[in-house]
Amino acid sequence: MGELAAIAAQQVIIEIGGLPAAVRSNSPEFLEMLERRYSGFLSPEASTAFEIDVELVAPGRITDENDIAVRFESGRWVIERGDLRAEWEPKSRRGRIVQSENPYSIDAALRIIHSLILAREGGMMVHAASAMRNGKAFLFAGVSGAGKTTISRLAPLNATLLTDEISYVRRDGSGYVACGTPFAGELAKVGENVQAPLAALYLLQKGVQNTIEPVRASEAVRMLLENVLFFAQDSELAGFVFESACELVRHVPVCRLTFFPDQSIWELIA
Amino acid sequence: MSPVYVARATEVAARSLDGEMMIMSGRNSTLFTLNPVGTLIWQSADGKTPLAEIVERKICTEFEVDPVEALRDAESFVNDLASHGILVVSGAPINSIKPIHGGAT
Repeated sequence: MGELAAIAAQQVIIEIGGLPAAVRSNSPEFLEMLERRYSGFLSPEASTAFEIDVELVAPGRITDENDIAVRFESGRWVIERGDLRAEWEPKSRRGRIVQSENPYSIDAALRIIHSLILAREGGMMVHAASAMRNGKAFLFAGVSGAGKTTISRLAPLNATLLTDEISYVRRDGSGYVACGTPFAGELAKVGENVQAPLAALYLLQKGVQNTIEPVRASEAVRMLLENVLFFAQDSELAGFVFESACELVRHVPVCRLTFFPDQSIWELIA
Repeated sequence: MSPVYVARATEVAARSLDGEMMIMSGRNSTLFTLNPVGTLIWQSADGKTPLAEIVERKICTEFEVDPVEALRDAESFVNDLASHGILVVSGAPINSIKPIHGGAT
């Protein structure tokens, strides 16, 4: 019993997008840091969707990669950046991360592992703010400076912020749901761990007045793909992401939202 | 002039959306949106039908175009897509090649 308790104490379960992941480490301090960092996303679930072992090493350069590099070899994804090396085996749904004791490396690895899982399930992670209002979710996609942080900051009290940076979109029957994520942007505010049916995707741009215009399907797919988090150099997975973007555009209204940065914009968002 | 055959490349995903054909190169994720004539050529690129026949039987019957000019434009178009790895162009018939995802329609 004591041994079981000890094993249990060496992991935290972080649930993002409804997928509980057991993250294991020999360092109680590291796990405590994860518990603080992902406090709204900890799960009491006994069963997990995937497992990750974290091996902590001394601070310093771990790989030669400056930017994130993701490749598939020998049945597993290899994720490398200067500060981390991770492996993720889809078949066993197990992974391993080598990093120093910091919250940023595991955060990057988790984003990529989730994006790899979602890509095969028709979902995606999008460079977008998202919020839930009146039981419906809305995504606001755009490059840096398009207004994701601004529109998040302007959200009324009856809107729940899912994220101001990285939106999590999953297939749900014939539709889609958007889930809160702990991946924060400039607001440095973690999203709420809730989800709602995705009612619309807005392509953000700032302007002198508020307008909502429809977007042609091909342009919607193009703009959506520009904002999808996708790191893998893999043609098959790229095909899945393309298909997923086309499907989302078929099922979810996509509009261009030009907005003047004051609270009146939220009157247009039902 | 020897016939030109065209086939869709393997590392490609294609999807028709509201009448527009979108194609993504699996090689570098570049996106292409084809106009109606380009879509017709793409859909007809089975590797077995000569390009001149595609132009004569499909493009010239559906669009009001000069046949000589249409063939010249079609050759330019297929060579451009071939340079991006979207189409395969050959002087001989090409064995059937299917895209990674999606289809010709």
